[in-house]
Amino acid sequence: MVSMVIVSHSQKIAEGVMELAKQMAPEVSIEAAGGTCDGRLGTDIEKIISAIEKVYSDDGVLILFDLGSAFMNTEIALEMLPEEMRAKVEIIDLPLVEGAISASVECTVGRNLKEIKDNLKNMAMGKIM
Amino acid sequence: MSINGKKVIEILNKIADVIDNNKAFLSELDAAIGDGDHGINMSKGLFAVREKLRDNEGKNIGDILKITGMALVSNVGGASGPLYGTAFMKAAMAVNGKEEIDIKDFKNILEEALKGIKMRGKGQAGEKTMIDALEPALNVLSKAIEEGLSSKECLYKAKEAAREGVEYTKTIAATKGRASYLGERSIGHQDPGATSSYLILDTIYKEI
Repeated sequence: MVSMVIVSHSQKIAEGVMELAKQMAPEVSIEAAGGTCDGRLGTDIEKIISAIEKVYSDDGVLILFDLGSAFMNTEIALEMLPEEMRAKVEIIDLPLVEGAISASVECTVGRNLKEIKDNLKNMAMGKIM
Repeated sequence: MSINGKKVIEILNKIADVIDNNKAFLSELDAAIGDGDHGINMSKGLFAVREKLRDNEGKNIGDILKITGMALVSNVGGASGPLYGTAFMKAAMAVNGKEEIDIKDFKNILEEALKGIKMRGKGQAGEKTMIDALEPALNVLSKAIEEGLSSKECLYKAKEAAREGVEYTKTIAATKGRASYLGERSIGHQDPGATSSYLILDTIYKEI
């Protein structure tokens, strides 16, 4: 089953979104990567990598993010992963809350990364240029 | 101009000082059109750079820039972390293994840095960002080198072009970053990222 990572500038937001998504899909592995390592607003590459490693499986990982630097830091995190892992981790452009809930449902019914991205592409917000 | 690794480290330390001295100003600019943390973030990041380079022997300038980039990526919050971090890491590749650099090397450094920023941020000129200071600086620098001006003159013209870029950012609305959420209300304010970029180039000019 595809797992998920929620990247946000706020740890509270990331955890809240994770909670909501888990309510819909308790079997899906979801990890929150919000805020900096020292508890401030922002995003942190180490936190993101750590979250990916926690939920990683050969089925892959879907990463949702809130704004701007969350995406840039997630990109850098992916660049630092070993090749085989990096190939199975995808960042997706979705509204954070609604997207996480939709994505978790897709994961729970056993869809693969490509299918999930296709099925949810109408929710894209133009956050990824 | 011939700058060795030790001098590069000196310049980076001086940049850290200048940014620290200006951190309240940079954060003020950022508070007007963003989340108000640019000065603190940059200062913290450059402090980490200083620490990481403390025992560096200065034999490989590419390595020095790579260490700088990685320290910035790990310690600067907000968008400046990935942007400046990528800038330095890409620039490092242009001078990998070099013990000394000249003005042409500096041009390559600036060129790769700018490419890195555009790739990472998906930005271009005219969006009210650091690119609006760095791109004019690079264009002017390239031209000045071609015209055979002295290194000092080249750097002067480059930093002046950056300064004009900063002034230009006051006249346009932000279409990138947190400031883009303010739209037209961002007009009249100078961009903090463009400002810190100018301060960096100005410091380099003063130190050579």
